[in-house]
Amino acid sequence: MPVIRVQTAVESLSDGTRVEALCTDPGVLNDIPAWCRVNGHKLIETRSEAGEYIVVVEVDHGSSNEPAG
Amino acid sequence: MTRQPKAAALISGGLDSLLAAKVVQEQGVHVEGLNFYTGFCVEGHTHAIRKKDRKKEKRNNALWVAEQLGIKLHIIDIVEEYKDVVLNPKHGYGANLNPCLDCKIFMVGKALEWIKAKEFDFIITGEVMGQRPMSQRKETLPVVAGESGAEDLLLRPLCAKNLPETRAEREGWVEREALYDFSGRSRKPQMALAAKFGFEDYAQPAGGCCFLTDAQYSVKLADLWRARGSRQYEMDDIMLLKVGRHLRPADHFKLIISREEGEGNFLRGYRSRFPHLTTVSHPGPLALIDGEPTASDIELAARLVARYSQGRNADQVVLEFTDREGHQRELKVNPLQPHEIPREWVI
Repeated sequence: MPVIRVQTAVESLSDGTRVEALCTDPGVLNDIPAWCRVNGHKLIETRSEAGEYIVVVEVDHGSSNEPAG
Repeated sequence: MTRQPKAAALISGGLDSLLAAKVVQEQGVHVEGLNFYTGFCVEGHTHAIRKKDRKKEKRNNALWVAEQLGIKLHIIDIVEEYKDVVLNPKHGYGANLNPCLDCKIFMVGKALEWIKAKEFDFIITGEVMGQRPMSQRKETLPVVAGESGAEDLLLRPLCAKNLPETRAEREGWVEREALYDFSGRSRKPQMALAAKFGFEDYAQPAGGCCFLTDAQYSVKLADLWRARGSRQYEMDDIMLLKVGRHLRPADHFKLIISREEGEGNFLRGYRSRFPHLTTVSHPGPLALIDGEPTASDIELAARLVARYSQGRNADQVVLEFTDREGHQRELKVNPLQPHEIPREWVI
């Protein structure tokens, strides 16, 4: 599930790092932005290209510095 | 306790888990959500596959619930560990291949591991006594608490007053009087509580949030196990059972035929792993062949796929067959007629 893979990637990254997810599942256009809103990370971009869905997230663990996973 | 108590809430995305978490949150407890991904979850991303459903609102209900509550949500991948729950449920299956009681025990057990690791104080679930015939009965609620190991660290805010006090109540982390005594199958108390909290747009899943409660899905899974002679599955198997028209002309192979463009796009991602057929002379579906087809099986498969193409009434349909190694060849076939497709082929 793409949102879990993004969550796992973000876990060990420091604030400000950007993660680009390349997905074939159109549901990511809803799920990853919602996951960002819930867990405080910044959604930078969503786009679709040639049947792929690309979501860019900037890591922000927030003041608590608690990772999401 | 001088610090704010902390609870982990099991969030399925349904109304009960939303309310249970909210009730405890209202008492000043810090709540974070846990959502377990089994692979069988009915999620927004699955509905998003089908083009005809694209206009409907898609959302992951667990994330939506967390957003409504303003809590973090930790989505935990349990696909591998969960296989043992599906394959060997100690308490058996429900009406379909749904091992609901073992599932709940497993998930509460995982939540217990999580709260110990994260130093949280207790676990919340949205269980309601008598709500579900297998896992939420008066007799089985103590089984969940006991066999998961959670014991009195498990609080069910919606029916707590019907149950013995838990540690959260004894320690004063929550006030028992502010909890509820819901029981039975009626949804009216939950709907009234939702209205009180101002929740309007909550999910109303029929049959829960798990494909294993779906009769047709369970038939397909049972067919997969029978045909392979082994009750095993991989993630790709259970994903593909959610998509397309499944036909099994023989034990050693079946066809997964896309029903529309969205499913075709989804199945395209699996082409490198399966022999597959596409129509050339007429618009038509993409079909994956799962199994070990012989040359005559491939011919039959092509005639079947032609049947579901726009060339169904033509004398001849041209298709392209691609094997696992990527070798391609053209097939010219006469589409099967409806009476030539035995009902028992359709899974």
